[in-house]
Amino acid sequence: MSQPAQILLAGLSPSDPDDWRLKNYEQREGYVALRKILSEKIPPEKIIEEVKKSALRGRGGAGFPTGLKWSFMPKQYEGDKYLVCNSDEGEPGTFKDRDIMRHNPHMLIEGMLIGAYAMGIRAGYNYVHGEIWDVYERMEEAVDEARAAGYLGDNILGSDFSFQLYNHHGYGAYICGEETALLESLEGKKGQPRFKPPFPASFGLYGKPTTINNTETFAAVPWIIRHGGDKFLQLGKPNNGGTKIFSVSGHVNKPGNYEVPLGTPFATLLEMAGGMRGGRKLKGCIPGGSSMPVLPGDVMMQTDMDYDSIAKAGSFLGSGAVIIMDDTTCMVRALERLSYFYYEESCGQCTPCREGTGWLYRIVHRIETGKGRLEDLDLLNNLADNIQGRTICALGDAAAMPVRAMIQHFRDEFAYHVEHKKCLV
Amino acid sequence: MLSAESLKKIDYELTKYPADQKQSAVMSALAIAQDEKGWLTTETMDFVAEYLDMPSIAVYEVATFYNMYNLQPIGKYKITVCTNLPCALSGANEAVAHFRERLGIGFNETTTDGKFTLKEGECMGACGDAPVLLVNNKRMCSFMSNDKIDQLLEDLSK
Repeated sequence: MSQPAQILLAGLSPSDPDDWRLKNYEQREGYVALRKILSEKIPPEKIIEEVKKSALRGRGGAGFPTGLKWSFMPKQYEGDKYLVCNSDEGEPGTFKDRDIMRHNPHMLIEGMLIGAYAMGIRAGYNYVHGEIWDVYERMEEAVDEARAAGYLGDNILGSDFSFQLYNHHGYGAYICGEETALLESLEGKKGQPRFKPPFPASFGLYGKPTTINNTETFAAVPWIIRHGGDKFLQLGKPNNGGTKIFSVSGHVNKPGNYEVPLGTPFATLLEMAGGMRGGRKLKGCIPGGSSMPVLPGDVMMQTDMDYDSIAKAGSFLGSGAVIIMDDTTCMVRALERLSYFYYEESCGQCTPCREGTGWLYRIVHRIETGKGRLEDLDLLNNLADNIQGRTICALGDAAAMPVRAMIQHFRDEFAYHVEHKKCLV
Repeated sequence: MLSAESLKKIDYELTKYPADQKQSAVMSALAIAQDEKGWLTTETMDFVAEYLDMPSIAVYEVATFYNMYNLQPIGKYKITVCTNLPCALSGANEAVAHFRERLGIGFNETTTDGKFTLKEGECMGACGDAPVLLVNNKRMCSFMSNDKIDQLLEDLSK
């Protein structure tokens, strides 16, 4: 039997308005993994072992091995522990978690249940991006359905395992996608990241041991339990297990989410997204969300879509947001917009980021508006050096990396802007 | 200060958190208050603070940190258009230009009849549907061509 190329979006009929509901999910082998775990009383450490074997890596952006993260949770801890799902999807270019939650919310719930069982956790929160209100409401309904059917609550399916799950919505702050900012936000505070260490596994929500995973990460877990970690790993490639949803946006004919095995050639993904709009030439691509370095089109066309291949090509897979730019794109203007975003969204806690993101934006803006100087290009790199690695969280790095990569790969275009006070394109 | 209906909604949100962590409900409480009042006055925020046993300053901090809270009077319909890079590559700036022309206002301005306020938004996590906008924070509209914008404005003007 050939293996399915899809896990997270498999068997869905988006035209059916009830497709997300519990009964439909059950027809797609939904909650089979949970039932198996509870009826066979599978030991929690066996589950973590299976997830480790699968080489599932965090789908939110950092790519940290999920099984390893789960093993950091203290086992003999007496008090409360928490499980948190990071559905605060706001990385420009990324829109995969929205589709998982609106089309397959129970897959996320089941994944969280299995995680909770494996780590001995009794309560969890799903933090949903504030801008997708209808998806938050759908998650509320799905949680109600799961509770009514005995999948959530006390003594789940008659076992001694209990887990409560609640949805919490954001209200417009990119920084809350950073896990410790998200915890602060859940506690009803400004979303300003915490110092690490201590890591959430020892001091998380309300100061209790906490594990935070991305929506897509949790959603992959039921399949791993049903089919085994080895099968999941084989879908992708070594160290890059499974399938991944890539959100393709920008200058393509069919923007959208495409779930493919990790290691799929970029050229294949581009073809799935309908190819370049108007048959134009691919100029550049940001392969992992706006925070990741841009790569020139010809480099991308030789790259496979997995964590290790993209890192080798000089960028990161990140959240799997693939932003496509054709040869009509002005890279100065593109960078100006991204720099404005980081300036706008810096939480203001660390000086290098708070001040530096403003400097980055203002300098790129003056180049874009014809007031730049040639030495501005080195000044931008110098600023990036003074931000990156000098802040509490990765937002500073996220602001610096695109600047550096844009100047590295498209320096001539920036210089042209300075000299001619207009776009090359 | 808030209607019984709003308080009921806040009370439901409070059931999600441990009894000694009422502050966790502040974001939803402020969103509920804003839905009722249109924007958050100091009095409304003070009321929420008292209701959740929080210092007022802690509520102000939250309201000013998250950008979907309205801290000033606002038009009946707040239209927030995402102009971030992926949306800009797929027509967001053209959509904004169309709104400016149709409404005669720029970002952070309200039409003289008090009906529409135009805002620039950051990533809404729906880049594949660009151009994307929100009406009053909660209604997302996708693939907003000029024709669809005209239709939306007509529907909201009724």
